[in-house]
Amino acid sequence: MTGFVDLRNVRLSYGSSEDATLALDDLSISVRQGEFAAVVGPSGCGKSTLMKLATGLIVPQEGTIEVAGHEVSGPVSVAGMAFQNPSMLPWRSTLSNVMLPLEIVQPHRARLRSQKAAYTRKAEELLELVGLGGFGDKFPWQLSGGMQQRANLCRALIHDPALLMLDEPFGALDAFTREELWQVMRDLHAEKRFTVILVTHDLREAVYLADKIFVMSARPGTIIREKAVTFDRPRPIDLIYEHDFNEIVHELRDLIADARTVS
Amino acid sequence: MTQSRWITAAPWLWTVGLFVMWELVVRLFELPVYILPAPTDIWAAIVKYWSPIWKNSVQTLFTTVLGFLLAVVGGLALGLAIGWSRAIYAGLYPLMIGFNSVPKVAVVPILVIWFGIGTIPAVLTAFLIAFFPIVVNVATGLATIEPEMEDVLRALGARKMDIMLKVGIPRSMPYFFASLKVAITLAFVGSVISETVAANSGVGHMMLAAQSQFNVPLVWAGLIALAVLGIVMYAIMAWLEMRLTGWAHRGNQG
Repeated sequence: MTGFVDLRNVRLSYGSSEDATLALDDLSISVRQGEFAAVVGPSGCGKSTLMKLATGLIVPQEGTIEVAGHEVSGPVSVAGMAFQNPSMLPWRSTLSNVMLPLEIVQPHRARLRSQKAAYTRKAEELLELVGLGGFGDKFPWQLSGGMQQRANLCRALIHDPALLMLDEPFGALDAFTREELWQVMRDLHAEKRFTVILVTHDLREAVYLADKIFVMSARPGTIIREKAVTFDRPRPIDLIYEHDFNEIVHELRDLIADARTVS
Repeated sequence: MTQSRWITAAPWLWTVGLFVMWELVVRLFELPVYILPAPTDIWAAIVKYWSPIWKNSVQTLFTTVLGFLLAVVGGLALGLAIGWSRAIYAGLYPLMIGFNSVPKVAVVPILVIWFGIGTIPAVLTAFLIAFFPIVVNVATGLATIEPEMEDVLRALGARKMDIMLKVGIPRSMPYFFASLKVAITLAFVGSVISETVAANSGVGHMMLAAQSQFNVPLVWAGLIALAVLGIVMYAIMAWLEMRLTGWAHRGNQG
């Protein structure tokens, strides 16, 4: 199997050899290019560790990780990341926050100064796309939580990453805002066709957004089920009230409940 | 008057009130001037000795500001170094705490042996005492970068220098400017200590000379001069802080 992101038999423990905590054991996942994958599991199962592995922030003790056909040994610059905490820099305007990755990633870094206008337009278009048109001049702390999270998505996408890594990005939002942002995410993915790995504990979020869901066991984390979700796209938000949808949510819920009792 | 005008007027009212109380207490209990001179006596001394007070205040202000500026440069540099590297942090921190625990008045004799009495020991004492809070605050600002932010940037291939320039240093600026307010008042403590122990000029020296002549109102006039200098310098630092890191004080912008 060769996907865009491949983790094969990955094993990772934290701490020194004697009192090490085994976080992930014999974990394998494969995500095709352009696919929307979600990872769900009981809390503490190592979902966030998975994110760091796939982006090369940490290196596993055993197993191999490949992203875009290259074995990962250090940070991969093809990835954009967004966490639950929007972590906007309060001294920068929203627009300037969104453009931050362009100051880091090549080749944008070298071009940013000479093509400032074009890049600014691109950032404004992206803000427009997530419903933040005209808010670029505002400071992040002048925005609501949902708006900050939209800006956070823009920042993760501004350098056109081939891979988007999301770690519970909508976890801290109220239910209505969350559903709105699911649709924003759905539309962004439909338009830009990047590969996504979404780590979440919200099963409805996973089923609504993903093509494929990986269910993890309790620590040490490993994949206990891979579930394909085949609803047609674009998916209307009303889908989450339909019987087939809830069937899948239930199935996942039972799996995770089992995984919790075993531990 | 409205609530906000009361608040604007409050510092002046309280200050005037304090001096009126002071005057009343002195008059009421007929305190002798060598115990506690009344504000009017102090004011008379200020008028009478205006020229030496002014000259010595300028000297103290000069040594204080010079020592403070050295502390800003040194504190910023060391704070950045400590925040940058855990090895530098681990190595220097205990040393710095030990160094900070030494009362600076005990260092003045050594400075006098090296540099003689006068301006240089005063500048250096101000520097030594003002330097520590700046280092600690800058290092704290750097050490408390959100790990998510660091991950986001590292995943983009950011080098340590990028993270420092884009996040660490701007982030530590509110801490830095807050420490300046503490540092400038400490710098006055340092320079005046040194002037009292070993100097031929400065407010500290003037007060010591006045005390030996039992000119108690002039001693108090020296204190008032120091308080005024301290308030002015503090206000300048607070203004700088607002101007340069207004984003950290949202209430005033949002």
